[in-house]
Amino acid sequence: MVYLTRVEHFNAAHKLYNPGWDREKNEDVFGKCANENWHGHNYELYVTIKGNANSDTGFLMDAKKLSLLIKEFVLNKLDHKNLNVEVDFLQNKMCSTENLAIGIWQQLQPNLPGEVQLHCIKLYETPRIYAEYYGD
Amino acid sequence: MNNRISVFRKEHFNAAHRLHNPKWTEEKNDSVFGKCNNPNYHGHNYDLIVKVTGVPDVETGYLIDLKMLSNLIKENILEKFDHKNLNLDPLEFKNLNPTAENIAIVIYKILRKKIDNKFDLQIRLYETERNFVEYPSQ
Repeated sequence: MVYLTRVEHFNAAHKLYNPGWDREKNEDVFGKCANENWHGHNYELYVTIKGNANSDTGFLMDAKKLSLLIKEFVLNKLDHKNLNVEVDFLQNKMCSTENLAIGIWQQLQPNLPGEVQLHCIKLYETPRIYAEYYGD
Repeated sequence: MNNRISVFRKEHFNAAHRLHNPKWTEEKNDSVFGKCNNPNYHGHNYDLIVKVTGVPDVETGYLIDLKMLSNLIKENILEKFDHKNLNLDPLEFKNLNPTAENIAIVIYKILRKKIDNKFDLQIRLYETERNFVEYPSQ
């Protein structure tokens, strides 16, 4: 078993705001992240897959093909977007780093070739804050 | 040889923005600003480096107390821009496109008034790891 990671990045706006709560409670729980006019981040995305290297190519998976899959199923939906407003797989969800990592897993997992498994989605919201999701 | 030296304070803020010229058609805005023109905004983690140059004080050995510089940046820049929408929240970009260039110039003008004129001031602003600007250019 070997692990391969592809690093990608995207920039997006979001806010942390629970529409079931009043503004006071949102500001109490989410602080300045609840700003109704949005704020934004440079997200860094680490996609790690696992499996056995192919004996003919030496590859677990062509990293360029992995990059294209991430672009098609993740970055095209997220980059330079408003996560609360424009992303189909985040509708009716809170746009936290945790939920975004889980959503990215769900976008990618069904679209990977059968011989590789998704191992981890690691998503940095800032250089100091990141979430990891292993599908369990 | 003089004792001129530069000190740097690094800070950061997260903000939403869009690049848009209201005098242009949507088509021209899309053509010039591409996905940065998204009307629903996007955002960045901005890294800000404030450079102050001058001669250190003989008695303290300090050019400028970096904690004071940090507080100055927090009070005058970060409180205005952090977790904000640059187009909508601060007044500075009501009629100015919030490009990295213009944000750096705005930050310079705000801080220049707060820092003793015996010091030179320069702003470096990273919009992403790979895109950054400096003002003044020299």
